Amino acid sequence: MSNNLRFKTSKFIDETYRVSFKFNNKTYFGFKGDTLASALLANGIHLVGRSFKYHRPRGIMTSGSEEPNAIIQLHDNSSRTEPNVRATEVEIYEGLVASSQNCWPNVNFDIGGINNLLSPILPAGFYYKTFMWPASFWEKYEYFIRKSAGLGKSPKVADPDIYEHKYIHCDVLVIGAGISGIMAAKMAAKNGFKTLLVDEKSYLGGSSIYDNSEFSKINNQITSSWLEKEINEISKLENLEIKIRTSVAAFHGYNFLLARENLTDHLPINQRENKVRQRLLKIRAKKVITATGSIERPLIFDNNDRPGILLSSAIKKYIDLYGVACGENNILFTNNDTAYETAMSLIQRGIKINAIIDNREQIDSKISYEVEKNNIEIYKGYTVVDTYGYRRINKISIMKLSKDGQTVIGDKTKLNCDCLGVSGGWTPAVHLFTQSGGKLKFREEDQVFIPNVYPSDQISVGSCNGDFGLEEIIRNTLSSIKKFLDIDNSEYKTVETISGLNQSKRNIWLLPSDKSIGKTKSFVDYQNDATAKDIKLALREGFRSIEHVKRYTTTGMGTDQGKLGNMHALGIISETAGSKMGEHGTTTFRPPYTPLTFGTIVGRNVGEFFDIFRRTPIHDWHVANNAEFENVGQWKRAWYYPKDNENMHQAVQRESKAARDSAGILDASTLGKIDIQGTDASEFLNRVYTNAWSKLAVGKCRYGLMLNEDGMVYDDGVTTRLGENHYIMTTTTGGAAIVLGKLEDYLQTEWPELDVYLSSVTDHYATISVCGPNSKKIVSKVIPDLDLSDEKFPHMSFKNAKIDNIKCRVMRISFTGEHSYEINIQANFGKSVWEKCMEAGKDFNITPYGTETMHLLRAEKGFIIVGQDTDATLTPIDLQMDWIVSKKKYDFIGKRSLYRSDTIREDRKQLVGLLTENPEEVLEEGAQIVADIKKSPIEMLGHVTSSYYSPNLKKSIALGVVKGGKNMLGQKLIIPMENKNINVTVADPVFLDKEGERLNVKL
Amino acid sequence: MFLINCPFCGEREQSEFKAGGEAHIVRPKQPTELSDDEWAEYLFMRKNIKGVQFERWNHVHGCRKWFNMVRDTSNDQIKAVYKMGEKPPVK
Repeated sequence: MSNNLRFKTSKFIDETYRVSFKFNNKTYFGFKGDTLASALLANGIHLVGRSFKYHRPRGIMTSGSEEPNAIIQLHDNSSRTEPNVRATEVEIYEGLVASSQNCWPNVNFDIGGINNLLSPILPAGFYYKTFMWPASFWEKYEYFIRKSAGLGKSPKVADPDIYEHKYIHCDVLVIGAGISGIMAAKMAAKNGFKTLLVDEKSYLGGSSIYDNSEFSKINNQITSSWLEKEINEISKLENLEIKIRTSVAAFHGYNFLLARENLTDHLPINQRENKVRQRLLKIRAKKVITATGSIERPLIFDNNDRPGILLSSAIKKYIDLYGVACGENNILFTNNDTAYETAMSLIQRGIKINAIIDNREQIDSKISYEVEKNNIEIYKGYTVVDTYGYRRINKISIMKLSKDGQTVIGDKTKLNCDCLGVSGGWTPAVHLFTQSGGKLKFREEDQVFIPNVYPSDQISVGSCNGDFGLEEIIRNTLSSIKKFLDIDNSEYKTVETISGLNQSKRNIWLLPSDKSIGKTKSFVDYQNDATAKDIKLALREGFRSIEHVKRYTTTGMGTDQGKLGNMHALGIISETAGSKMGEHGTTTFRPPYTPLTFGTIVGRNVGEFFDIFRRTPIHDWHVANNAEFENVGQWKRAWYYPKDNENMHQAVQRESKAARDSAGILDASTLGKIDIQGTDASEFLNRVYTNAWSKLAVGKCRYGLMLNEDGMVYDDGVTTRLGENHYIMTTTTGGAAIVLGKLEDYLQTEWPELDVYLSSVTDHYATISVCGPNSKKIVSKVIPDLDLSDEKFPHMSFKNAKIDNIKCRVMRISFTGEHSYEINIQANFGKSVWEKCMEAGKDFNITPYGTETMHLLRAEKGFIIVGQDTDATLTPIDLQMDWIVSKKKYDFIGKRSLYRSDTIREDRKQLVGLLTENPEEVLEEGAQIVADIKKSPIEMLGHVTSSYYSPNLKKSIALGVVKGGKNMLGQKLIIPMENKNINVTVADPVFLDKEGERLNVKL
Repeated sequence: MFLINCPFCGEREQSEFKAGGEAHIVRPKQPTELSDDEWAEYLFMRKNIKGVQFERWNHVHGCRKWFNMVRDTSNDQIKAVYKMGEKPPVK
């Protein structure tokens, strides 16, 4: 450690606690309390990274979350690696490993630095302009551009840390614990408001907590001492919760805010096990007080980006808070009084200041006189025109500013330095305010945007509200909080302040140079390498909107979101365009204020908690019997049950054959079930289904199609009349919630006069379907008391029954075309009844089959699957299901749409069967169907919706939709594939047992 | 995310609700009497205003009730909520 850079005078640094860390493979030491940035600076390291486009050497520029340059990779090549971390925000801990980004082979010698020399041919929009031609080359360009783009590296393995989400409700949220935030929190909490105070830093008090200057006093005490007492007092308040290391990421409407609370990032790695790393706080606040402070502006001049150039307020913070000198030969460059505070902090510790360059001709403040008294030369009315030094600044040249500040005059003077502090005044941090929908106004005097119209119950106080002087901050904070909370200001009777600063400022957005603009590199956005020249070029090329200039030049589009340079970009645009500042507005500040980790965003929703999934009551049996599963909506459904080494095709062929030859069993529990009761239940079904329901006898079942009001099929299923005013409707597995929602919608909004009640009972029943020629024998063993004769229990009817004294409902309905029974029983008995059926079917080779076989069996019968064979563009007529559309009913949902001019077109896509010329050839689902492949362009007539090899028919079968297909029976069509054309014939979609004889078997 | 004052349950998070499009569009009592144009007017035409809009909302993850809401779409301020069948309390 370079001893002459560390001043052991800071109470924020624990000098008894030495911490070792690695940076670019070298070990360094710092103290507990250091940030990575302060520890590196104490070791004399400024160069920490390379810029994005030109690979220019970059150093630490700031001391907070606004840092554009010092972004590093933490723990490279480990599971905890994290890119683009601001070194200014990382608190060091034992075992910290950090490395520079965007450089190869290393930060001191970076091959990409050649881009800096090429910069004359890399102007704004370079990529847009260059890689446009020829268009077909884009894929090749993209490969190389992607390789060179991006900053850090993302982790390659799962994140080992734990994250969580938490809701917080409070009366008052105070964002920022600087001087106004502390005062606001105290006033709120002491007046009975449940208050939450958050700050992104690891300490409270903002920049005032290290303000030890004789030139700013509160009630005759040094500011920092006064504030410490205040903090001490509020930390004991009962209804005040304080969260440090908590950064508000987003401020949404209705005072809903998201914040990231950092819990373990400052701890040594070995103390983080089983602890929550970061927490996403979802805050609902009745009132919000924003006290987010302000960000110092840099100054825009040629080569203003060299390592060793920092914001003057950052230099002050490093020395006052961390006891670290950023340089041994300092120069400060300013247009306002802030830099003189920095000068005083340096002077107090005997750190050398070579000169102060001030844009202003006249400087009239106590603090500037005090600085002058220390024999420091102040160049009044001067500006820096250039800087020198590749890896660290070593010289600057300065010139006198003309009266109007537009040009430089006189001779050039060179001055030596190893550190340059710049101060361009302050920009209120209005990001969160504008995120919430707040409107800004522009204050001409000091060229700042300040909050104007509040969209919710909130207020901004302190320097984020444009109050910069100590006196102003305290006076305005007190009066506005008092008004905002409607309270008596008894907490702060008298607060007297003394400040040695005045607020004069000479604002020049782009400082003039002796060189032409084309020859300068005056960085506006450091991270994205956008210069003043680029912005001017964009304007010359015709861009006017600030949003367009931003995207074209990439100003403000880095991970820092342009916290430093956005104002200058606006200023340069209005100066160049000759318009008034403020007319252009600002670009939109979007959440998050600082980047969030993915871990914080997803919280606990990882691994098996990523999404909800639903299991049937028989699920465990499927697992135990080797089932493969498929996701249907949120359900896990048994897909097929491979035996021995069967692949999916082999298993499905075996299952399908067994179901038709003897017996199959399917877990159909996932089908949606809606219990419908009420005196108008029949009338209701009449209105929602296309067919008629009034005459359905009790104990009978009927298949129904549901249409949207536009006439398109959106669900189907069998509904059973359980009693005079009682039905049970089944829906598709995926459609259950949508159907229930739609039925409720009509009941509540269009037909409130109907006496109908709907309840979802999907999860209440397990549904077991036993099908095949031997199904009757099997069910008669399971339910011996039930008369299964066709006379007593015909197809499409239902019986109440009992299995071991447990009530169940048995429906004789079939989705396979086989004789089959559906047993519905209370869910918790589902598995035992399933096992009973398996036992009873042992002698009949009862074969469990999954959804794939179910799909194959129904396709043999030409039964549609809504969502597979339909896609919300098909009417029942298109599906050749005219038989299900009642002609007699006056109205039902979708009826009127069935004879709109568009729905009666003959050439609509219609469902047909497809048979391949070669019966062994199985079509691909989704393949296009054409008639003429010689025509160019080839007309697409439709596509294949379902396709299988049928083991029962011993040939390939398919369903598809084809334009005008209804009238194409027997016609030859072509399925063009990548390397062949497959000939098919349009066929009847019912491939097997058209007469339905298999539904009735003799016992 | 805004807070919606469900007329049946009280104030709840927006995530519990589902938006259901423009309110006060009544399904024609005799659709068969309508011309294609008239039916299309009911079926397809919806307003999407920047400003005060009358909307249907459903407390889908709560009481499942549909209700009406008056919302300014430019700033998401909710002017009123009222039950189905009721007249809007604001203009």
